[in-house]
Amino acid sequence: MALVETLRDLGRDLGRESRLFGGRRAAAQDAAIAKAALRSDRFRQEREGDWQRLEAIISRIERGRLRSLSDADLLALPVLYRTVASSLSIARETSLDAATLAYLEGLVQRAWFQVYGPRQSLATWLARFLGGGWSRAVRGMGVDLVIALAVMVAGTIVGWLLVASDPDWYSTLFPGGGGDVRVPGASRAVLESTLFGQQQQSGLSAFAAYLFSHNAQIAILAFALGFAFGIPSLMLLIQNTATLGAMLWLFDRQGLLLDLAGWLSVHGTTELFAILLAGAAGLHIGRGIAFPGELPVLESAARNGRRAATVMAGVVLMLIVAAMLEGFARQLINETPVRLAVGGSMLALWCGYFFAFRRDPEALR
Amino acid sequence: MSRASALRRWWNRVTRDPRKRAPGSDRKRTLVTPEGIALNLTLATRGARLGALIIDLILIGFAMMVVTIALIYLAGGVTKVGAAVARKDAIGQALQFLFIVWVAAMFLFRNGWFLFFELSPRGATPGKRMSGIRIAARDGGRLTAEMVLARNLLRDIELFLPIPLLLSARGGDMGGAGLAAAAWFAVFMLFPFFNRDAMRAGDVIAGTWVVEAPRRKLAAAMSTGNAARGGVSAGTGARYRFGEAELSLYGEYELQVLERVLRDGRPDALAAVHARICAKIGWDPGEGDERAFLEAYYTQLRARLESAMRFGKRKADKHSGAA
Repeated sequence: MALVETLRDLGRDLGRESRLFGGRRAAAQDAAIAKAALRSDRFRQEREGDWQRLEAIISRIERGRLRSLSDADLLALPVLYRTVASSLSIARETSLDAATLAYLEGLVQRAWFQVYGPRQSLATWLARFLGGGWSRAVRGMGVDLVIALAVMVAGTIVGWLLVASDPDWYSTLFPGGGGDVRVPGASRAVLESTLFGQQQQSGLSAFAAYLFSHNAQIAILAFALGFAFGIPSLMLLIQNTATLGAMLWLFDRQGLLLDLAGWLSVHGTTELFAILLAGAAGLHIGRGIAFPGELPVLESAARNGRRAATVMAGVVLMLIVAAMLEGFARQLINETPVRLAVGGSMLALWCGYFFAFRRDPEALR
Repeated sequence: MSRASALRRWWNRVTRDPRKRAPGSDRKRTLVTPEGIALNLTLATRGARLGALIIDLILIGFAMMVVTIALIYLAGGVTKVGAAVARKDAIGQALQFLFIVWVAAMFLFRNGWFLFFELSPRGATPGKRMSGIRIAARDGGRLTAEMVLARNLLRDIELFLPIPLLLSARGGDMGGAGLAAAAWFAVFMLFPFFNRDAMRAGDVIAGTWVVEAPRRKLAAAMSTGNAARGGVSAGTGARYRFGEAELSLYGEYELQVLERVLRDGRPDALAAVHARICAKIGWDPGEGDERAFLEAYYTQLRARLESAMRFGKRKADKHSGAA
């Protein structure tokens, strides 16, 4: 966008030299056009060359052929836009030609969409996003992160306590787990076999892809549900962490808590962090709607929504990383200390990136 | 806005002369650009948006189907070739790779379709383009990538979750809970019907709305013909000059109707309007020269109204006071 702004200024300067207003003169010189009787129609005849040139440029940009535009056209665009916009304001006050007015309204609107439209390519957006935009958005919702974290911890404890008081809860939290050996009463050897020695398992990469798609959809859901004042997001967080608590309890009874933590932490630190962010993003929107503060509700919702959407784009990235770790690293690394080291360093990495990496994304120009 | 003023506005809208109300005038919004130009936007109708969505869903479904069939075809080929030459795990890896491609493609189609197209210069998916609509920032500012992201991430609860839920709730396997969930999601689906700007939940949190994308050709100038310039008919040589009294009968509304009739150029409409104006100004309606007569009348009426306009006097229609 910086480029276009520079060009716009440059174009204005050049326009003063009147080299760029060739279009109007050309139209006036065109003797084949009969001179109109009405003053407003003559006004139009003098300027329609500019109008049509702008329309041609805009049509090309809309078709996505920005590159095929000549330098002269690109320089002329902002000048032409202003010219046509001023034609429109004059025509509104002096002309009763409905068709011409409608044409001008449409043309100025189309030009406005292009001059002020999203001129950020996916690459620039990504560079700004990774170079500070994402971590700033995460820091922008600090309160929601704390609430979501508290809810997740509470959910885990509730899950643990529920199953500890009555093991029947386990089947409620894991419905339909018919073929799963991880049930209350399973022996230590059986549980241990689910944690170690699966290097030979085939289909790891396909499994990773499936996990990513599944988890990403759940994270998007947690975010989207934030629209209802954030409450469903919190419920989704509780439900998911309660199953985690139940599983921790199950393995703890056989003295495998640390091994399970290692097994989970490889991808879990990344994945749970992503889920935390998604839930917090949902909550952030909900808070924007429920407590708009001094802003109008719609503006507050839109501001928080855009920040949360940035975070969500990052959540999808984190889930790709998590799926890679889950599909490959967890199955290939077979020792608890190494697993814990991998998980811990991932956690440190994310925390450092979000909270220590304070760079202004606007600095990237 | 207070309830009383909202009520008054509603009453004014209902009781206004329907002739003066342009179709869809309650969808008009004005937006001021940084140059200070007031742009008139027209919000897209809910019908156009639904149409656009259906087209997009059909296209997405079609694309998913094509990719799936192509990958199955590829997989089939791999098995046949592989059975002859390769070792077992090589086949497995190839199939795995295809499965990953398939999962990624389905995820992208579901989540990336709208994102990709709405970030393009047109700000519209193929369905929206066909319906002649696009998205825009509500505050008149730049449309950013974050906005497009936010409005499309919410599609999940508006569309992809409730539709299967509604279908299963009808079957009744989930009982009351299913019905309750369906009602809950219906709120999101029907959200555009509960606000004046027809915003989806996604539009609300992104700060966007959907507007009509104008696409008009520049029509010919009206006052370039012989009849328009000199009031002289090229066909019959008749000379049409109208006096003050004859031109003061009509206002801008009638002028624009006349413009439409002239631009459309349908002979029966021309004849009807010609007869009507002649009767009104007390001329004897001849036949065969309607177009020249109307062009002359149009040009002189417009010249009169426009010169009054330059002095700040406007006459909306034949009922309003003298220009």
